[in-house]
Formats: sequence, structure tokens, C-alpha cells
Amino acid sequence: MPVLQTKINARSDEFRHNDASMREAVADLRDKVATVELGGGPDYQQRHLARGKLLPRERINALLDEGSPFLELSQLAAYNVYDENVPAAGIITGIGRVSGVECMIVANDATVKGGTYYPLTAKKHLRAQEIAERNHLPCIYLVDSGGANLPRQDEVFPDRDHFGRIFYNQAQMSAKGIPQIAVVMGLCTAGGAYVPAMADESIIVRNQGTIFLAGPPLVKAATGEEVSAEDLGGADVHCRTSGVADHYAENDAHALQIARNCVANLNKRKNPPLDLREPVAPLYAADELYGIVGTDLKKPYDAREVIARIVDGSEFDEFKKLYGTTLVTGFAHIYGYPVGIIANNGILFGDSAQKGAHFIELCCQRNIPLLFLQNITGFMVGQKAESEGIAKHGAKMVTAVACANVPKLTVLIGGSFGAGNYGMCGRAYNPNFLWMWPNARISVMGGEQAAGVLATVRRDGLERQGKSWSAEEEAAFKKPIIETYEHQGHPYYASARLWDDGVIDPAQTREVVAMGLSAALNAPQRETRFGVFRM
Amino acid sequence: MFNKILIANRGEIACRVIKTAHRLGIKCVAVYSEADRNARHVAMADEAFLLGPAPSSESYLRADRIIEICKESGAQAVHPGYGFLSENTEFANACERNGIVFIGPPSSAIAAMGSKSAAKAIMETAGVPLVPGYHGDDQSPDTLKREAEKCGFPLLLKAVAGGGGKGMRVVESLKAFDEALTSACREAKNAFGNPNMLIEKYLTQPRHVEIQVFCDSQGNGVYLAERDCSIQRRHQKVIEEAPAPGLSDDTRRAMGEAAVRAAQAIDYVGAGTVEFLYDVDGSFYFMEMNTRLQVEHPVTEMITGLDLVEWQLRVADGEPLPLKQDEIKIRGHALEARIYAEDPDQDFLPATGTLRYLRTPDESAHVRVDTGVIEGDEVSVYYDPMIAKLIVWDDSREGAINRMVQALEQYRIGGLKTNTRFLHRLADATPFREVQLDTGFIERHRERLFAPGRLDLDRCLVSAAAWFLELARKGDRIRGDEHSPFSAQNGWRLNSEYARPLKLVVGDMTHELSVRELPGEYEITLSGASHRVNAQLEKDALQLVIDGHRLTLHGYQDGDNLTLFHEGDQFICRQHRDTFAETDQGAQGSLSAPMNGAVVAILVGKGQQVEAGQTLVIMEAMKMEHSIHAPHDGIVSDIFFTEGEQVKEGDALIALATDDEEAA
Repeated sequence: MPVLQTKINARSDEFRHNDASMREAVADLRDKVATVELGGGPDYQQRHLARGKLLPRERINALLDEGSPFLELSQLAAYNVYDENVPAAGIITGIGRVSGVECMIVANDATVKGGTYYPLTAKKHLRAQEIAERNHLPCIYLVDSGGANLPRQDEVFPDRDHFGRIFYNQAQMSAKGIPQIAVVMGLCTAGGAYVPAMADESIIVRNQGTIFLAGPPLVKAATGEEVSAEDLGGADVHCRTSGVADHYAENDAHALQIARNCVANLNKRKNPPLDLREPVAPLYAADELYGIVGTDLKKPYDAREVIARIVDGSEFDEFKKLYGTTLVTGFAHIYGYPVGIIANNGILFGDSAQKGAHFIELCCQRNIPLLFLQNITGFMVGQKAESEGIAKHGAKMVTAVACANVPKLTVLIGGSFGAGNYGMCGRAYNPNFLWMWPNARISVMGGEQAAGVLATVRRDGLERQGKSWSAEEEAAFKKPIIETYEHQGHPYYASARLWDDGVIDPAQTREVVAMGLSAALNAPQRETRFGVFRM
Repeated sequence: MFNKILIANRGEIACRVIKTAHRLGIKCVAVYSEADRNARHVAMADEAFLLGPAPSSESYLRADRIIEICKESGAQAVHPGYGFLSENTEFANACERNGIVFIGPPSSAIAAMGSKSAAKAIMETAGVPLVPGYHGDDQSPDTLKREAEKCGFPLLLKAVAGGGGKGMRVVESLKAFDEALTSACREAKNAFGNPNMLIEKYLTQPRHVEIQVFCDSQGNGVYLAERDCSIQRRHQKVIEEAPAPGLSDDTRRAMGEAAVRAAQAIDYVGAGTVEFLYDVDGSFYFMEMNTRLQVEHPVTEMITGLDLVEWQLRVADGEPLPLKQDEIKIRGHALEARIYAEDPDQDFLPATGTLRYLRTPDESAHVRVDTGVIEGDEVSVYYDPMIAKLIVWDDSREGAINRMVQALEQYRIGGLKTNTRFLHRLADATPFREVQLDTGFIERHRERLFAPGRLDLDRCLVSAAAWFLELARKGDRIRGDEHSPFSAQNGWRLNSEYARPLKLVVGDMTHELSVRELPGEYEITLSGASHRVNAQLEKDALQLVIDGHRLTLHGYQDGDNLTLFHEGDQFICRQHRDTFAETDQGAQGSLSAPMNGAVVAILVGKGQQVEAGQTLVIMEAMKMEHSIHAPHDGIVSDIFFTEGEQVKEGDALIALATDDEEAA
């Protein structure tokens, strides 16, 4: 296969400047994540530990095979969203290896607001389940939660994608043969009681886990019966009498060991329906991406430089290299998995959109997963483009993306604006995973453009009223719009709201994508049927 | 020459004899007990016969069966090795009666030396110097006590029929005499069927120097230099060497001639050893004569270049001695170390178990390994727990000691406790190098020899961590997709770094380490210090570079337990894993057997109040007695065995309740 030759000059000022700015962005990201990892903070953690419980991240580490990677999802969920700090939205989700099987782990963090479900907690939980269902990953729920966050019940309880959906998903996944395992390591009250009750197999920790539809205070209020939490819904009750739980654990570590055994008993063996190769490292260092990409979206870079630092051996077999050159398409391997890559190298024109649609068809025909490297300001506009049918050519690509049933992974490596987001498999197009780099920005259009459009509308209105609008006034009008777009288009803002599955360090892209591919290959192959392509 | 012989023994000596016999074109018949079905000597022999169950009395001591097997197999002669039937006059007689050659002295000579007191009387007549003492037939405790007082303390009580330190006691004072006599008699009776004792003056700093003699049936006798076996514990030899360092030629000749005289006084034929006590002033006293091939005979072979088993076979076949006295030359220096399954730190308590891992040093002109076991063999409760004899030779004693130290480092045994570290320290000890030899050596240098491990704990922990990490690297993967990034063992985390905790348990201590994986190496942090470690595990060899220091350690894993070998020492640890077995309340408060063996005496009754330190049970294993004492005051609430029963290591013997528990 052809090997990509890098053209960068690591000694150039531009490279150095880019490198510095991206390193700063990555350092900030790692900083934020480090803070999030502290959960509810030292006081709450101490209190948690004093009860003889493990912290949620310790639980995950103990659950995973020794040395297993853990692809954490949505680390920045709920970041700066609520008045109070809710790190990681109070729930840690991610994929790791348990007894040799890739599993989705969903762990409540009781040190964050008692592990109660904020709207974004529910959204993150549901997203983890969605990924599990899509990729056929067994689910392990480490339950330690006070249930729905009562002051916000209107945003948590009633709607389709609210709390109740968790149990719906459990039933649906169980029906599809996707194992559901619950480990009750703390409270599991009311609706929460259904997590273990709906699970295929459940484990409960003695003197820690409780499962009941109503806790002791509510019971007393309702019936006058006085009963301790342990007697009402502890491990002894549920393992010996009620049968709500199946396994009795002495402590957290024991419970996690039992959960590992449960996975070992799943009789599950991955069978990727692809022609796999031995993984080979890229020829170029991953952290050169910092100097190549930088953080200034206005500065273009060749997507091939990125591809060369992600794919096996930097080998990339380009498709239609000379046609529709603003879209780079081609075949490569990542960690031995074959993958079709679609990357932006500028704005999308009619030819590049058709090339994209063609390439997606090829990959679906051959059952090759797709990787979208998104850096797109949009489809071409203007009279020429419109008359050439940019809308229908764009629609072909969007149709292809929407219908493609091979695993789809999207990484926002730059701008993600307008319909370009759709054509390049944005969130609405159901990619198996979607990640953002810290330099990426996402919005319906660029802040400058939006401000320009709104300013034009405003100027027109003012002029119709016969009023004048000075350049200063216009600038003052545009400034907050640009700022709002910049704020709302920032990856932290996006990730906090679960528009993606996480902001990632560009230097870890190869591993992240490979893990996404690996996870996706747990699902059986699905056939693709395309809709009508407007010709 | 014989064309077929039977070897009425097991273990290393049986293998040793077979080797020479095969070299001479003689076929070998082995015998074995049920415990030795897969033993090395059985495999080496041309044919082998089952004797019976494991206990010696039902197998290797079954003279009748062995004679039968000789007839059945057509073996013309029996080599008895050492121990078992080697000094049994009745067996030697039975062989003679059945027309089978006993490869050893005539039964009359065995009988003459078999009783130590009678032997001394003969030696006295032959003009061989003797240690003062009592060798009388009157064995009444009063007489013995009176004679003891006459002889003076310290004195040595020895079983008349004994050997190998069994039934032997040093008595420091008159006060201790009675108890020592009782237990020595009991041990002697059990071991030899004869409780009779003799009393000897106990020299305080004597050396044990013995002469190898050889006589043929034509009346010729020679001595093959001497061996110094002063390094002993509990009167068992630990390190033997030849020639005895610092002996003048005159003394050597005087001792040699006295030894030949001693042998000829009893019309000796074959290989024998005359043991002397050698005092600091150069005087020597006859101790006893062993009418068999000694365990430590290889050191003599190494310095004389002779094969003593070959000599035995030739002499037994009626040939004259191959060499005359002036043709026997000694060259260089040889050492032998006896590698035992035992725990030097627990008063050399014999150990039993499986040889899970066994690596011996490469044999050469300088290094010889006499052993009867291979990896996977069991060291059982039934026989002597010797694993091997390690013999080295060099031009000088200094060189031989260096070889011994090196070979001990290469001798790696796992699965049970052994004395290799102890031997290593012994051989490497300055006083040993400086020939400060006497039979009290081990006791006098106790602190140096028994000090806790000298291994650098941190380095061992880091090495063990590297072993586990490298092993894990070959471990769990995604089933069905081994190249998946999720198959990695590197603890990868998104936007973060995960320092994995690694807990290693050494004895009762848990050490907490943390590990980060960097490209091509680990960063292992332990007690605040970080180490860069590059490791490669190839079978049992762990190649390490720790902070730039390259070394190779060998090790093996048995279940969770990892044993690393380094400089003759062992480092054993396991990776901490939470285990969640239900706690067994019943096991608490009971006293368990420290080893496999038999209960010989139960000194307390059910319900009896006992004090801390009181002896509760006496066990016997490896023909040695072990007392089990009360760890605290309490009441005997149950006794689980009766006298004479066999127990396994860890079996609860007695339940001891504290007074509180009893009240409750």
C-alpha cells in the first residue's frame, strides 16, 4: 500500500506556534479532566471511603482486567452546566476489558450529589446504553445512587429519553442477547430498584447495597412500619428471601470479582467479520499533530498529515485522488482493522460530495467501517454552486451517510459547521462514536458568518425604517453574537451537553478510534440499504 | 565380575551406584516402594521391582523381599548403599546364606562395629586412641547416671546402635541428664530397635576428621586420605571436605594407619570409614567405624580421582585392591554440601512437598551433582529429605569454596524449604574460609548464618513487579480479537494517566507499588522512589534493567506465589488478590501439625488446664521428635488424634480454648 510522505517542517515558526497553542489546549483539557476525576471532592470521597466503599473509579479499575485500557466517555458531561458543580454528571461511563470481553461500564458516583440523576446524568447513562446496544457490549451497572434528582424531576422523569428509558433499554438489550449485569453497591431506591431487578444477573454488597421501591422513611409514612434499610432491602433479604439479587458479596471488591465471574460465564467470543492484519505503528509521531493542526481554525492543513499519524504504517490507499480534491477518501488499517477514511481538505463542492457518496457505497458494499475526519465549514454556496446542483449532490452524500450501516466513527478535528456536519456524519447521523479535538468548533455556521447574517437583517430593517447604523454600532451588535457562538461552539460546551462522546487529546486519536472500531466490531454485521439518491 | 546386581536402596545413592555399574557393563535391578514408583533410580535401572508400601519397614527394610527379588531377577550381588540395610548383619548373613554377594564387609565386621561399645573395646585392644567414657552393658539409668558423673560434663549420650545423629544428646549438666536419657532412648528404640546408650566425654572444640579405608579379601588395606566433616548441626554433617585442611602429613599418616589397623582388627573387607575426633592439639580419638560407603564419599573420589563404588564392586568380586598405599595420590581440594529439604530458620525442621522447580548447576570437572530426584518429585515424610549432594573440586580450598558458592547460586529449588541459602552463607562465611573449623561452628556463628535475608527488599519487589507485569502482558486479551487495543495491558486512560496499584505480599507484609507504563519500559514507584524498569521474561529467566543496572534473575511461579532466586537466596512473594472465602471460625484456637509425621505422645488430656509453653504433643517426623507447646494459657477443649497416628502438615492436633471462651 502507498505510504504517506509527510511534508511538515517541524522547525518552522508556524509549526512551533501551532504546537505551543495545541499543547496549551491539551494541557487545559487534561487539567479539567483531572479535576473531574476527583468526583465530589476530598470531603465526600473520605466520607465514602469511611463507609468501607471503594470510589467509583477504583471500582472500575478493580472490575477491569489488570492493565486493561478504559475508554471513558463524556468526561466533561455537565461541565459548567448547572449552578452547582456536577463532575462527569455524577456518573462514569466507558468501555473496558472484563474477563477478556469488551464491556460497557456505568458507574454512579455517590460522592457527587449522592449519585442522583440530573438531566445530563440520565442523558449520559442513556448514551452509554445506546453505545452498548449499538455495539453489542455487555453492560455492567455499578449502582450507588439516590435516584432521580428531585428538584429537577420535570427534566428527569417524564419524557421519552428520561430516567425510565434506562429500564426500557435494559429490557430491549436483554431481549437482543446483550447481557445486563447490575452490582448494587449502595442505594438503589424507587425507580433505581429496577436496575438490578431488570438485570440478567445481579450482585449486592452486604451492609452497603439496598434495593427497595420505597425507603424506610417513606414506608413509615405510608404504613407506619418501622424497619431498617438493611432489613428492608439489604443483601440478606434479597439473596436469601426475595430473590431480587443473585449473588451475595462481602464487600465492593468481592462484588466486582463476582461481576468478573459473571462476564467470564457469558460464553461470549468476539468474531470480527473483517480481514484483520497485524497492527503496525504509524511512521510518524502522534504528537506532531499538535504542530500540524494548531488551534487557529482559519489556518488550513492537509488532512493526509493527520491520517499519516493515525493509520497503520502510515499506509493510505487513496480513492479518486484527483477528483473532488477537497474531500480525501481512501482505505487504510488502524490496529489491523480495515477502515475507509473520509476527511475534509476544504469546502465541499458538488464533485467532492459525489465522491464521498461513492466511497461510502464502496465501504458499505465491502463491510468496511468508516472514519470521518471532520474539518468543514460547509458546502459551497453561491449561484454557480446552486445551479450545478450542490443541494442534490450534498443530499447524495447525506443520504449515503445516513443509510450506511457499517460502523461509523467521527472525529471533529477542526470546524464542524452547517450541513457539512451532516454530510460528515455529525451526531444526528448516528455514528457509533463521535469525538472532538480541543481545537474543534461546532455550530450551525461560524460566529462571524452568523453575526454577519444577523447584522445584514438588522441593517435592512433599520434602513427600511430610514435609520442609519454606524460601523461602531454594527460592531457592537456583532460582538456578543460572535462571543456566544464561540462559547457555544467550544468543545467543552458541546461535550458538557453530550453532543459528542468526549473531547480527546489529538495524540491519542489513533488509540481512541481503534478502541471505537474494536467496540463496534462486537455487533453483528448489518446490511445497508440506501434510500433514493437524487441524480 | 558380576553381570547383574541389585541396589537395595533409593535416592541419590541408588542412582550413584547404577551409574558406575552401568559404566562397568553391569546390569542393575532397582527396588522401590509405592511412593517411589516414578523415582529417578527406578527409571535409571534396567529393571525394577516393587517392594511394598511407602514406610521403610514395609519396603526398603524388607530383607526377605529383597533376597527374593535377587533370586527372581538373577542378581548376583546386592549393593546396600547407606542407611536401610547397609549395616544390618542379618541381611548380610541372609545374602551369604542365599549365595548372594553382599557388597560390603562380612557380617561379623558389621556386628563388631555395629555396637559402639563393643567397637571401642576392640579398638582399645588394637591400640587405637579412644575418648574417655562408658561403654558398658549395664544400661540401668542409675549406672548410666553414675558413669556420666564420673566422665564429667558436658558429655555425649549416644545410641549404641545409632548413626546419623539419631538417639544422640549432648548433656550439659547432671540436672538435664534424666530427661535427655529418656528421650534419647526412645528415639534410639524407634530408630534402631535398641535403646542402649553409651557415654562419652564431649570435647568442646573438636573437629570431625574421618579416614576412608578400603580392604580386600586378600588382607590388604589402604587409606584414601581423610575428610573433614566438622561442619555439622545436630550431629549431622552439612559440609564435608577433603583433604582436611591444616592437617600435617604426619598426623594424616598416623590417622590413616590407625584407621587401617582398626579395620584389620575386625577383618574388614570393602569400603569403610573410621571417624575420629580431632582435637586442637593434634590428638585424635576413635569415635566409630561406619561399615558402608559414606554419604560424603564423593569428596574422596574428587581428590583421588577414583571411583569408590567401582572399588567396592571389584573387592566384592574378590579382586585385590586396585592400588597400593603409595600409589594413592591426592590432588586439589573438594567440598560437598548436602542440600536438604528443611528449614534452617526453624531449627532445621524437615520439609516435605513437591519439587515444583528444580535447576541444577551445570556439571563439569569442577562441579558434580549427586541426586536422586527430578523436578516434580515429592520429598515425602517417609525418607531422608536430602535432595542432592553438591560436590565441587578445585586446585585449592579457596578455589573450591568459590566454586561451591557459585554452584549454590545456580542451584535453584522451588516448592519447598531448602537449606541452600544457609549453605551459601556457610560456604561464604569468613571463618569457614579461614579454616576455623570445629563441630560447634554452626552454633558459634549462628547470628551470621541465620540472620534475616540480605536481599535488597525494594529491588526484589521491583523485580517481582516486573515479573508479574511481563507475565500479564502475555495474559488476558480480548477473546477472539487479540490485536484489539482493548487487549493491551498498559492501563491506557483517556486524557489521563493511570498509575496502577500493584500489591505484593511478602510473608505477612503487603507492599504497595504503583506502575505506569511508558514506551518500552515501566515506571515502578515504591516507597516514594520511582524506578525505570525494562524487563523481558523468557520462560524462567527475567532479564531486567533497573535504573540502568542490568541483571538476570531466575524464578518460577506456583499458583500465585512467585519465587525469585538470587545469590543463593530466595525471594517469595505473591500478588495480592482479594480472596473472599468464608472465614473459618473452627480453625481458630487449634494447634496444628508443623509437618507431616506421626503423633508419638499426647501429654495432656481433654479438659486439662495448661500453661503457655507447656508441651502438649510430641510428634515424630524424619525420625526426629518435635514438641508442640501451648501458645497461651488455656484449657484443652479437644484432641483430634491418638498416639501413633499419622498426621499431615496443617492438621489440627489439639483445640485450646482460652479461659474466657471456656467460661462463655
